[in-house]
Amino acid sequence: MGPEESFEQFKECAVEVLQVDPAKVVPEARFAEDLDADSLDLVELVMALEERFGIDVPESELEGVETVEQAFKVVSSKL
Amino acid sequence: MHRPAGGPPCWPLVTWPPMALLAGKRLLVTGVLTDDSIAYSVAALAQKEGAEVVLTGAGRGLSLTKRVAQHLPTPPPVLELDVTVPLQVANVAEDLKERWGALDGVLHSIGFAPQSCLGGGFLDAPWEDVQVALQVSAYSLKVLTAGFLPLMQAAGGGSVVGLDFDAAVAWPFYDWMGVAKAALESTARYLARDLGQHRVRVNLISAGPLRTVAAKAIPGTAALEEVWGERAPLGWDASDASSVAKACLALLSDLFPATTGEIIHVDGGFHAMGA
Repeated sequence: MGPEESFEQFKECAVEVLQVDPAKVVPEARFAEDLDADSLDLVELVMALEERFGIDVPESELEGVETVEQAFKVVSSKL
Repeated sequence: MHRPAGGPPCWPLVTWPPMALLAGKRLLVTGVLTDDSIAYSVAALAQKEGAEVVLTGAGRGLSLTKRVAQHLPTPPPVLELDVTVPLQVANVAEDLKERWGALDGVLHSIGFAPQSCLGGGFLDAPWEDVQVALQVSAYSLKVLTAGFLPLMQAAGGGSVVGLDFDAAVAWPFYDWMGVAKAALESTARYLARDLGQHRVRVNLISAGPLRTVAAKAIPGTAALEEVWGERAPLGWDASDASSVAKACLALLSDLFPATTGEIIHVDGGFHAMGA
């Protein structure tokens, strides 16, 4: 799976869980401010991404993650 | 029947081979939000001990509960249950009546307080917020217990277990949630008083601090974990909910037939130490 395809799948998860307009899920988007995601939304998004990509994301790696790009980087490093 | 050579004589109450702790028990488990939830541990261990389990989720958490339910050894059904909505309580009772006809136990793992009620600012939290904390975190024990009483009567009795954080003293940051826990403790005693005649036991587990989603929403829990680990004679692992879950299982089983209105501390012994 290439990075573009991975990002498309990442985006699909985000759109489904966060119920946002796909056009808003861009690398620089901030979860809290731009995508209106609360802490439960983010917990569910991580769970959805783990299922979609068949990966395991330890919570420690998510500390300080605020943007779509940062989150995608964590996911990409597991693929 | 197989018995080990030289084993004990056949006591009237001993079965061999030993039965699973919760064989045949039908349990309703609230409060599963993630794999770290205390309720998740209870559901997982209860299934391993032979129980049938139905989960409930509320509001925004429902989709999360449905997702994490798939991680359990046997993915259980997930029903919507917001304790502030009487119709939803009735709907769950109806579902369980059709599904099982009776209910042996309920895990109450429900608590919520608006932000103003936690983390300092005790003097400023408005009543509108405080009453939400009290309703969701304490009154809900009555709502669940009364709502499922007919089903527990149909089972010949039942066990209701709630999750508590020691409300005998004031804690840093815990504020109105601490007051809500004091109300929960008292509510459990009055329910025990009124439901003993129906063979329904109502008990609480007073747990040490655990790193759950709910706890992460409370400021200052990291500092508390550290003190706890130092002072508790048995030590304390805030990342392991299984010690609390095992105590819940014991209360949901037939091992505590004469215990009700009780608070069992699962805190490494912290509560018994003066310093």
